[in-house]
Formats: sequence, structure tokens, C-alpha cells
Amino acid sequence: MTTETHPKQFNLLAQLLHWTMAAAILAMLFIGVAMMTSLTWRPRLLDLHQPLGIAILLLAIVRLGNRLRHGAPALPADIPRWQVISAKASHWVLYALMFSLPLLGWGVRSAGGWPVTMFPGVTLPPIAPTHPVWYAVLRDAHGLLAWLLFGVVLMHLSAALMHAWVRRDGVFSTMAPGGLGR
Amino acid sequence: MCALKVMPGFYDAKVGYDTIVLLSVSHLSIQGITMKIGGIDLKRSWPALAGIGAIIAVLAAAFAWAAGLLGQRVTNVTFLEDTLHDFPAGYRRAHGKGVCFEGVFRSSGAVAKYSHARVFAQPETRAIGRFSIGNMSPYAADNSTSTVSMAMMLTADNGQQWRMKMNNEPYFPTRDAPGFLAMMKATAPDPTTGQPVPRHVAAFLADYPEARKYMEADAVKPWASSFAGATFYAIHAYFLVAEDGRRQAMRWWLRPHATFTAWSAEERARASHDALFNDVAQRLKKAPLQWDMVMQLAAPGDPVDDPSQPWPQTRQHLVAGTLEVQRVFDQTDGVCRDINFDPTLIPAGMALSNDPVLATRAGIYAHSYNSRLHEIGYGKATDAVGKKAAP
Repeated sequence: MTTETHPKQFNLLAQLLHWTMAAAILAMLFIGVAMMTSLTWRPRLLDLHQPLGIAILLLAIVRLGNRLRHGAPALPADIPRWQVISAKASHWVLYALMFSLPLLGWGVRSAGGWPVTMFPGVTLPPIAPTHPVWYAVLRDAHGLLAWLLFGVVLMHLSAALMHAWVRRDGVFSTMAPGGLGR
Repeated sequence: MCALKVMPGFYDAKVGYDTIVLLSVSHLSIQGITMKIGGIDLKRSWPALAGIGAIIAVLAAAFAWAAGLLGQRVTNVTFLEDTLHDFPAGYRRAHGKGVCFEGVFRSSGAVAKYSHARVFAQPETRAIGRFSIGNMSPYAADNSTSTVSMAMMLTADNGQQWRMKMNNEPYFPTRDAPGFLAMMKATAPDPTTGQPVPRHVAAFLADYPEARKYMEADAVKPWASSFAGATFYAIHAYFLVAEDGRRQAMRWWLRPHATFTAWSAEERARASHDALFNDVAQRLKKAPLQWDMVMQLAAPGDPVDDPSQPWPQTRQHLVAGTLEVQRVFDQTDGVCRDINFDPTLIPAGMALSNDPVLATRAGIYAHSYNSRLHEIGYGKATDAVGKKAAP
């Protein structure tokens, strides 16, 4: 990570990816739990869940590359250490989940013997053996980590809004296009 | 430590009292009318804090509702009631007793102009499937239910799968899935009389009048004495999608080459525990069994999304091909055991209708599959995977 020189703001690509993926991931989490409960929407939700998950995986690759190349703005000096540590940790947990959840979902489909369908007629190859042990483990991991992701997203959102509305310390505006939300 | 910045020296004793809770309340102080928590001026910031709290609470509540943890609505989980946890480990949560089969589907080519699905063009497609009976229990006697079923998966040479689930009933009792639950409840025998309560049945029929024809037909339905002669209906409408994108609504069923045979009341009472499964195995020792896949094409205006409304028999029929069942094998074999015969998994060249019961099947099959594959995967299943139960 090149953190020697901190930029003032996340670059435009980072901002674009952040807000696009924020919407996609939140939608994905809701789609994910709703397709396990809805009496009437499951087929359509599943049709969305698969291509959206792969899209998030691809965007996460671009995002990680951009982040490693350009780094992140420094937090204000007066933020307590524990908050700095938890902010950094939660960001890397978010990255880890952006990668692992789509891969696990792909793995679940593979282990269950289903195609991963992007749109009718276009499917991805399996990445795990079709086997009950693989299915059980991957399915559990996919479900548990999705709930973890929702929790971390809520924490991240509360912290961001605290910076924007309560502390008003410029942290939120590092991710706002043109420095909005100061 | 944030409190120190606000009130230097005042809380020295509490240095290091950090907590990972976002809003630490360990440094509450009252300074005149100013309230500060962890360096935050409550008087100035309470609307912002309340707003943040409200946003998080709404998101969390919405998520919990979507996941079925809040509220009383019927979900794909509640539909299966206790069977997700309390069921013989490793077995399908409905139609638990079955036998798997292997065979081949030979397409006639007649449907290729309506659908570009490979299965309608290639001459032969490998079929794997399962015969089952309507009783939930995997240990049920074959004369315990008049419902016999066939599930099947065709995998075309381009890898596209087509999974199906069919019963020996030409239509669904109700227009939606909650209606099916209501019928189960309304027709449950009263423990004292052993008969359904007429008042409950009447109330159900007032809500779901379409179910009357099903219940009347069911009361006089002959009991199939063999899988071989049964007609298996997919009941839900699908669309055939042609290369140019044109869509034709259709329903299909499998019409047997063997003659339909029924049990009389006495024969049924005397039938052995595994009569139907023994019969199909015996027949296949002599010769393969065949079914024609008949597709009924909807006319404009025919109800496509209501599985309780069959279309008139005068509609055009096509024979899409012929299924030949060649061999049966034990359902403990993972090749078939680990398949979820989800009828919403269809190949490119077909599309789902908006039939709500079809969508519900996808959801409840997914939970049945999750439960049993976890039991199998984590080693809890015994006879379902062909192991002797632990002593």
C-alpha cells in the first residue's frame, strides 16, 4: 500500500466505485435474504442475484487495484486511536467480503450442481466440486458472511454519518464527489 | 480518551476506559445544560444522532423483515413448518419416498420452431429422474396416497439443464400457494369425527372457489396401481422462446405408452408396502418404459399464470419427444439424491410464467435442499445415504 503521500480525497474512480458498489451491495444483501423467504419473487431475485454478484466481484478487483495504487486520505489527527483502527480494519473486512461473498456464491451454485447464469444461455463454469460436503460448508459460509457484511455495512454507514453530521470533520467529504457534504 | 479533550483533568481516573461501541456512554458529563458524550455535544447534535439512529434502525428492521425474522407473513420457511429441523435426516421434505431412474429423451423436432432450447433439436438427451409418492414420509406405504410423481433433469449437450417436477394431477387446487395451505388446514380431519369439518371446508371454498373442481375430481380419482401407466403433468405454464424472440405459452405432460391401471378399494387395501416401486422395477427388468412429452399451446387469452385453470382440451397439442426410462436405482445414490428438481431451472429457449405457485416451489425446494444437503454434508444422514442408522 502506498500510504506515504496521502491524497486529500479519494479519486474520482474510487468515489464512483464506492457509490455504485454501495448501492449494488445493499441491493444484493436484500435480494439475498428476500429470495430465501419470498413466496413469489425467488426466480426473478435469483436471476438478479447471480449477475449482480459477479459484477460486484469484477468491480471489487478494479477497486482494490485503484486503492492499492492511490491509497486513502488520512483521517484527521484528533480522531481517537481505537476509531482509526476500527475504521481501517472495517475497510479491509469490507474488501475481504466483497471478494469472498461472490466467490462463495459461485461455489455454492457449483457444489449444488446448478449453473451460474449471467443471462439466459450464458453460464459460468463451476469452481467447486458438486458434492454435499462442499455444498454444506460453502452455503453456511455464504449465509453467515452475508449477515456479517450487513452488520459491517451498518457500522460503516453509522460512522460515515457521524463524520458528516456530528463531527463534521471532513472525513465524509473525502468520498463525496467534489467534496460535497463537508 | 475523547472525554479528556472535552473536560481536561476531570476524568483522569477513567483514562483508558475505551470501548469499541460507537457511542461510548462511559464519559457522560453534565456541564450546565450541555451534555457531552465522547466529545459529542448532545444539545447541538441530537437531531443528527436521532437521524442516524433512525436510518440504521429502519435498515435493520427492513432487512430482518426481508429475511422473515420480523412479521407474520407466510414465507418459504414457514411453509415447510418443522420439517426443516425435525425430519428423517437427509431426505426430501416432501415426497420423501422415491426411486431414481436413468433414461433418454428423444426429441421429435416438432417444438424446435417454437423454442431454440437445444433439447428440442438434438436427437437424444440423457435423462435422470425420480419416481415418488405424495406422502411426505420417506417410510410411507405405497397405498397411503393417490399422488404419484415424476421428477426429471435433462442436460443438453451445450450444458443447459432443464429440471422438472410433475404429478398425476392435471392442475393445482388453488391459484396460489397460501391457498394450498388453507386447503390443507380446512380439510384436515377433525380428531373426534375423523372427517373434515364442513364449516371449515365451506369457508375455504368461499375464499378459493376454484378449488371445488379439484376437490370433486380428487374424491373420485382412481388410484394408480403403477407408475408406468400414469400421466405426469407439469401443471405450470412456461413460454417456449424462439430464436427470433417470439414467445408461445404452453403446458406439458408426459403421456404413458403403457395402459393406465387402477387399484380397486380391496386391491389397494391389500397392496404391499412397496407395491408401486416393486412394480416399476419389475417392469423395467423386462423392457424400458416410455412417455410422450405432450405440449399444449395456449391460445390468446388463456390464463397463463393460474395453475388451477387448465386450458381447453381443444387447444393445439405437439409431441415434443419421447422419454424412455431404462433403469431404476436406489435414491441413496448421490447422482440423483443430490439433485434439487427445481422446476424453475429451465434452459435458454424457455421462460417462466408468472405463476405464483411455480415461484413458491423454487423457494420451498431450496430450503428442503439446504436442510437435507447439510445433513448429508455434515454426516448426520444415515439410511438416506445408504448407511445403517447408529445403534
